Amino acid sequence: MQKIILAKTGNEAMALAMKQVNPDVVAAYPITPATEIVQIFSQYVADGEVKTEFVAVESEHSAMSACIGSAAAGARTMTGTSSQGLALMYEMVYIAAGLRLPIVMANVNRALSAPINIHCDHSDSMGCRDAGWIHIFSENAQEAYDNMIQAMRIAEHRDVRLPVMVTTDGFIISHGMERIDTLPDAEVQGFIGKYDPMMHLLDVKKPFTIGAINLTDYYFEHRRAMVDAQNNALKVIKEVGAEFGQKFDTNYGLIEKYHLDDAEVAIVALGSTCGTAKVVIDQLREKGVKAGLLKIRVFRPFPTEEIVKALENIKTVAVLDRSDSVGGFGGPVFTEVRSALYGSAKKPQIAGYVYGLGGREIDMEQIEKLFMDLKDGKFKADSVSYLGVRE
Amino acid sequence: MANLKELAARGDKFTGGHRACAGCGATIVARQALLAAGDKPVVATCATGCLEVVSTIYPYTAWDVPFIHSAFENSAATISGVEAAYRSLKRQGTVTEDIRFMAFGGDGGTYDIGLQALSGAMERGHNMLYICYDNQAYMNTGIQRSSATPKGSSTTTSPNGKKIPGKVQFRKNLTEIMAAHGIPYVAQSVVGNWSDFTKKVEKALAKGGPAFIAVLQPCRLGWGYPPELTAEMGRLAVETNFWPLYEVEDGKYKLNYTPKERKPIDEWMFQQERFRHLKRPEHQALIAQIQQDIDARWDHLNKKCSL
Ligand SMILES: Cc1ncc(C[n+]2csc(CCOP(=O)(O)OP(=O)(O)O)c2C)c(N)n1
Ligand code: SF4
Repeated sequence: MQKIILAKTGNEAMALAMKQVNPDVVAAYPITPATEIVQIFSQYVADGEVKTEFVAVESEHSAMSACIGSAAAGARTMTGTSSQGLALMYEMVYIAAGLRLPIVMANVNRALSAPINIHCDHSDSMGCRDAGWIHIFSENAQEAYDNMIQAMRIAEHRDVRLPVMVTTDGFIISHGMERIDTLPDAEVQGFIGKYDPMMHLLDVKKPFTIGAINLTDYYFEHRRAMVDAQNNALKVIKEVGAEFGQKFDTNYGLIEKYHLDDAEVAIVALGSTCGTAKVVIDQLREKGVKAGLLKIRVFRPFPTEEIVKALENIKTVAVLDRSDSVGGFGGPVFTEVRSALYGSAKKPQIAGYVYGLGGREIDMEQIEKLFMDLKDGKFKADSVSYLGVRE
Repeated sequence: MANLKELAARGDKFTGGHRACAGCGATIVARQALLAAGDKPVVATCATGCLEVVSTIYPYTAWDVPFIHSAFENSAATISGVEAAYRSLKRQGTVTEDIRFMAFGGDGGTYDIGLQALSGAMERGHNMLYICYDNQAYMNTGIQRSSATPKGSSTTTSPNGKKIPGKVQFRKNLTEIMAAHGIPYVAQSVVGNWSDFTKKVEKALAKGGPAFIAVLQPCRLGWGYPPELTAEMGRLAVETNFWPLYEVEDGKYKLNYTPKERKPIDEWMFQQERFRHLKRPEHQALIAQIQQDIDARWDHLNKKCSL
């Protein structure tokens, strides 16, 4: 199959993927840096290039509410947002997952107010990490595109039926132009297949109630069922990623290991920073430094087993968080990785680093220095440092 | 319009067995609205509030139509999504039925927290009927004041105290706000006048496009009166001009009922616990002020209707 090479920003890539998925309904509200996705998609609608009913709602709360109604009505449903928009959706984000609705959302990661800031960090999506959504991070525009396509399949899988959030790093990926390989429309359609919901509201001959009040006698069981669905997703995401690879030559797993197996020092990260780290690792390897990277692609469900196994034989690991858990013990990635390793017999030394809040740059020099510090023992194990901040 | 016999023969789409208080007007609103839809398939949604919590206690449901509840402030937005899905799937030919969409919300979920979502949905022109069952307070959370609560009413967040005799402000006129949206159909109806309400629901559904009906819904618990008086409480609200029955069709105002002789407002108020404290002589001026407000609103409405 011939891939079509295009120059696209992350937002353009996500909008294109949405177009090729060709959802039945998109309900969205603009917010920087995700606005473009909605704008580009509106143009597709205006030009009749998609069959989508576009609902230009009056707020993000209503965007997610409308997505919930639409998905419950059996329609393939997508949306996009960022930061304050996601925060305004927060109540409905939980409801979408609790009602087990396969909605796909593009979230362009941006810092949360206050102070107001439009640049990248992961505090917006991390704030929703316990909501029951599947949570996939993208390293670049290519992955954003590929992830959006896979997301629909994962969300609708019978053993999952959960909403999926695909994120990109605001401005870094969303507005950075890249060369990406895209698929012909028909290939995308073939890959996602036809959607056949188990039950839906427009099936008026089979009325059912969705969103009923659950009291102490049922709520717990339904929440537990959602946990099972998240666990099922571990397998489904891998299967979908493998099938994507088989068809289109790019395999996707829950995590990605970069020169990790024989590494002595490693960093764990999400999103665009992984790309920067890979370049640094290449340079360090040339100098004989055994550096490696563990990229977490899927943060929810958290791939505990794979992460433990991947890090088992590393001497020293730094976990990078682009969001902080204020008043807690390190960012969410650090606390989860560290607690995952707790039961492992061969634990690496581990240190947490919060970096890049509000779009603060992380560059190759910083990452290189971090690796060297790890190598030279210049780090505080089991504690959290702040990287690149004026203290 | 369907007559009573025909309505009775239709079979309830909102069924018994729910857990509302005896004499609850909210469930009457839901039942009559669905009856009025006749054999047209309806998909319904409801905001969090009394109507929802009494009718959907899992694993039971009183709704014999496809029904979704998602949250408190967003029943208009939720049904917007359902209706958008319908438009999309109908266009694609995967759904063939001719379906109507109904959203219900209490006064709290409509006048207050859900006003933005409602206004947005109306402006976007979704084909839906939004019915606000207005019991004039947040009953589900224990009778707190809303912007629909009338002046002088004692609620748990506007209690009658030593210094302040109940709610200080007059109620918001949501029906007029909705009329200002310029949508095809806006109306006010009441529990206790089934034919007025049925007619209005039928009309709204037949018209197509966004429609809004505010129904005054006596609540025996929050208002404090014996359960058998629910319909009577509604009718008295109309007879006192507190709650005029009118409609705004394509911008044209029409009064549906004029009392032969307007009854004084205290006749309605003093049958209810929530106004009982106003019986004291020192509150006469307040009652007069309330009466004045009702008269002024009535005059204003009449002017609009005679335009
Ligand atoms: C965002 C949010 N805030 C508050 C609540 C709590 N709450 C549930 S129902 C309700 C009041 C409902 O009042 P109303 O809409 O008038 O309906 P009623 O109960 O009177 O039928 C409130 C405050 C909620 N569910 N969600
Ligand atoms: S409190 Fe009022 S509205 Fe709620 S169920 Fe009872 S009567 Fe109905």
